[in-house]
Amino acid sequence: MTASPVVAERRRETRRVRVVSLILLALVVALFALSLSYGSFQISLPDIVRSLLGQPTPPQVDYIVHTLRLPRAVVAVLVGLAFGLAGAIFQQLVRNPLASPDVIGVTAGASSAAVLAIAILSVSSLTASAMALGGALLTSALVYVLSWRQGVGGYRLVLVGIGVGAALASVTSFLLTRADVRTAQDSLIWLVGSLNGRTWDQVKPLSVAMLILVPAALILRRAVAGLQLGDDVAKGLGMNVERNRLALLVVGVCLAGVATAAAGPVAFVAFMSSPIAVRLIGTGRPTLLPAGLIGAVVVLAADFIGAHLVGGTPYPAGVITGVVGAPYLLWLLATANRTGRGG
Amino acid sequence: MPAPSTLQAEGLSLGYGDRRVVTDLTLEIPRGKVTVIVGPNACGKSTFLRGLARLLPPSAGAVLLDGKSIHAAPSREVALKLGILPQGPIAPDGITVTDLVSRGRHPHQGMFRRWTADDDNAVAAALSATGTLELAARGVDELSGGQRQRVWIAMALAQRTGILLLDEPTTYLDVTHQVEVLDLLVDLNEAEGATVVMVLHELNLAARYADHLIVMKSGAVVTAGEPSAVLTESVVEEVFSMRCRVVPDPVSRTPMIVPIGRHRSGDAR
Ligand SMILES: Nc1ncnc2c1ncn2[C@@H]1O[C@H](COP(=O)(O)OP(=O)(O)O)[C@@H](O)[C@H]1O
Ligand SMILES: [Mg+2]
Repeated sequence: MTASPVVAERRRETRRVRVVSLILLALVVALFALSLSYGSFQISLPDIVRSLLGQPTPPQVDYIVHTLRLPRAVVAVLVGLAFGLAGAIFQQLVRNPLASPDVIGVTAGASSAAVLAIAILSVSSLTASAMALGGALLTSALVYVLSWRQGVGGYRLVLVGIGVGAALASVTSFLLTRADVRTAQDSLIWLVGSLNGRTWDQVKPLSVAMLILVPAALILRRAVAGLQLGDDVAKGLGMNVERNRLALLVVGVCLAGVATAAAGPVAFVAFMSSPIAVRLIGTGRPTLLPAGLIGAVVVLAADFIGAHLVGGTPYPAGVITGVVGAPYLLWLLATANRTGRGG
Repeated sequence: MPAPSTLQAEGLSLGYGDRRVVTDLTLEIPRGKVTVIVGPNACGKSTFLRGLARLLPPSAGAVLLDGKSIHAAPSREVALKLGILPQGPIAPDGITVTDLVSRGRHPHQGMFRRWTADDDNAVAAALSATGTLELAARGVDELSGGQRQRVWIAMALAQRTGILLLDEPTTYLDVTHQVEVLDLLVDLNEAEGATVVMVLHELNLAARYADHLIVMKSGAVVTAGEPSAVLTESVVEEVFSMRCRVVPDPVSRTPMIVPIGRHRSGDAR
């Protein structure tokens, strides 16, 4: 007997994941280069490369690249990657496309904490980031506890999460009414999700967190593959279900939390990325990295479109992703019960 | 495949929260034999099987695998000796047959042990044993109920354990596919000497395919042993609250239950 059909099929699926990932990576690089080059002051690609390599460049180029555009583009990539990974982890773990951190209140919790930090307490941006992360962790613990009934069912988690998210949104609004007008306006832009004015101050804590969280997420990919089969099958295969699920949830919440801390709750990036990745890959394999790359593409593209392509006033990235994501959310909500896939 | 381990329950009690479902159960699963568990709905068959497979921690007593508590052993080591196919598993959206069956190799891989030719061979052997090799590239969503059930069994086979537990592997299948699946499990038992334990709904097929029959009612074992010794008219009446005749199965000579209802049951009424 020959194993060739199995070998061929596994090879096909692996190749598919690789090809899609490479194409997405190329897209990320292209959009990254575009956002460094395009703007009121155009910089040619060779000049960008020279500037990045520390070679001599025309005047102003170094300043524009290193101080204005590079941190913004790096934050866009990392935030997109984080949201995409976080969404994929949640959705594939709970087996419900609605169970994404931006739908079930996790980013809303991070936002409330961040607004409290920025607009009321006026703390440093590093402290604000830490508070946003804490807000995300606290909120998810709350959602988890409220929806726990001998295990967490998909739909209960989503409903409780949407409720908690709504409650937190009103907490955020209340905090804004207490804030001084100018900081309140800053907070409002931040609440939409914006990359405007990102500096190395945001890049540093974000990249440190991502250096830990991305490898952790990729190591846990195997656990996602087991947990996708349901608790009993996964346990039967020798997995420690509770420990792996907790690890995945913590990593997912931290990803969503640090991303929100850096750029605000950029609407629906976490929610959209994984379904797009699943479509592109077209098999049931866990799609963490492709979802992360799609997140990066979406945030880079949304920031670019918002900044340069829609009329005179620049729009924050979150407005663009919101316009795309909201109809998709409504469509999912409208069809979830009919297809019976809600869980 | 390793020689099958021994599997015993000792004073085993299982439940959910405060609710006891299985109480103080002591028995030994015959090694290298086909054991079938029968009993009325909700009597605790699935709960018992899940307990045997360490999916549910005991509220009292223990399950012993090779003489040692199965809950104390590292879960991955247990997964190399004992496989379980729970009742009504749900496949992830869009997963292919090859991918699903490949996941049965999980306990054979570690953090650092990558996929090897052995794994390919085990998956191919499982597909071929279940007659699903030609479905290798298909999506599980697109399969018929019978094909899907065989693919799940292939996933459990790919785990290559000496003991295989299956919860209602024939439910929702038409009778042709039921017989096919049961024959397949007996093949496995005869070819590899595997211990097979399964819950079955259909009494006559249970009597035909079991070397050892366990009859449960309300979380306790009423009787256990060879089907011809165990399945008497009085046992069926007591356990299933149904009058019946037991006659020899004209094909297999095992006991065959012929139910007696209020209508159309001739003089037996
Ligand atoms: N996850 C669960 N939580 C609470 N009760 C359960 C659960 N699973 C089964 N039960 C209860 O335990 C009893 C036995 O169920 P089960 O073992 O599935 O029976 P069977 O497989 O014989 O039909 C039933 O009354 C059922 O309602
Ligand atoms: Mg059952």
